[in-house]
Amino acid sequence: MTHKILIPTPLRVYAGKRDIVEAEGSTVGELLANMTAQHTDLRKHLYTEDGKLRSFVNIYVNDDDIRYLKKEHTQLKPGDTVSIIPSVAGGGPE
Amino acid sequence: MKTATTPLALTNEEVARYSRHLIMPEVGMEGQLKLKAARVLCIGAGGLGSPVALYLAAAGIGTIGIVDFDDVDYSNLQRQIIHGTPDVGRPKLQSAKSRLNALNPEVEIVTHDMALSSQNALDLFAGYDLVVDGTDNFPTRYLINDACVIQGKPNIYGSIFRFEGQASVFATKDGPCYRCLYPEPPPPGLVPSCAEGGVLGILPGVIGTLQATEAIKVILGVGEPLIGRFLIFDALQMRFRELKLRKDADCPVCGTHPTVTELINYEQFCGITTVAPVDTLVPGAEDEATVEELKARLDRQDEFLLLDVREPREFEICRIPGSVLIPLGDLPSRLSELEGHDAMIVHCKSGIRSGKAVSLLREAGYNEARNLKGGILAWIDRIDPTLPKY
Repeated sequence: MTHKILIPTPLRVYAGKRDIVEAEGSTVGELLANMTAQHTDLRKHLYTEDGKLRSFVNIYVNDDDIRYLKKEHTQLKPGDTVSIIPSVAGGGPE
Repeated sequence: MKTATTPLALTNEEVARYSRHLIMPEVGMEGQLKLKAARVLCIGAGGLGSPVALYLAAAGIGTIGIVDFDDVDYSNLQRQIIHGTPDVGRPKLQSAKSRLNALNPEVEIVTHDMALSSQNALDLFAGYDLVVDGTDNFPTRYLINDACVIQGKPNIYGSIFRFEGQASVFATKDGPCYRCLYPEPPPPGLVPSCAEGGVLGILPGVIGTLQATEAIKVILGVGEPLIGRFLIFDALQMRFRELKLRKDADCPVCGTHPTVTELINYEQFCGITTVAPVDTLVPGAEDEATVEELKARLDRQDEFLLLDVREPREFEICRIPGSVLIPLGDLPSRLSELEGHDAMIVHCKSGIRSGKAVSLLREAGYNEARNLKGGILAWIDRIDPTLPKY
């Protein structure tokens, strides 16, 4: 099953400058694994060296944080949209 | 909202000034008096702080505190609309205060000329009802969040990058805090900063105006503030999205068993070991070159490579003659282009990115790579003032 993944501005440079990418997967974990197989530069921004999702990157299915669903085992339904929401610090940049 | 002294009435001038509020049922006289009694602290008088302070002053917030320690620069004026061209070179606090006094002399503006720190934050926050986060770096954002949780003050959050912004209200009594959303900051260098990425000038106008709106709603106790809700604005698509936030029972600051009960060292927490990052990235002074030395070596036509690791758009604005451009992000995959060069001076805008580049080059065996201290900005200041600064 193919799903859309919304890529935030700071990470688009690692996803071929695209704001939306598509990947296959029936769970969030599978989807992200397939996405980072296509866009290998994204991997180090999403995962630590031991393969865990980084704690400054949150993954949402529609409007819900997967930490409060079944994390990477969260099942995806047709039409679900996955978003990557990283922390951003900017405010009055010099 | 706790208020120190509730003023009994508005003057006739204030009634005239706030008449469009007074005739609204959601504000009215009672609400306007709440605004007048309120004390709001704005951290930063920059991109976000400008619309926040202007709208809060216009709305009649009785006391507005502003924390900043910077001077107004030409590069601020594209988005920091509280400052004008004649203010360039003035402290931002002075410039903001005179603008706000001109806009609304009924409002008291308190200036705090300081860098917010773990030593001063709690005392400072104690004098205010809520805090608006208009900063631009992770250590200060975590500091503001933790101090707000410890003091029980709402934290009106906003953040921006290029065309995209975020806003929320953290640290209310039952709502989540910033750490519930992001327990830890990214390690330095993994997320590009605004200085590298740029920002659309209007974007802080949109996000700062949202923050001012939320501050006023929280003070009035009306509507549904962005508590437990994370608003994301994409100016390119002109689209708002809303995500659900939950209070994390395991949150180290606001959870049921908090492990952070006092302010910590936030530079360390964010992986920044000293206040002068440039000096920490290269081991010693012998690894740095001054702009005067670079000029002398260029004049002598010494054998060395001058490597510019900025972005192509920055290279178009100004460059040091004879430099070769390889943006920092491309450097790992373009190392082969450096073969045959031993002596190298590496520069960027101010010396931070080139410090990273020098570390990377040394790891790759280029032991003679050196960082140009102060970057092209120092070159413009001390060698070639005809070049434009950005």
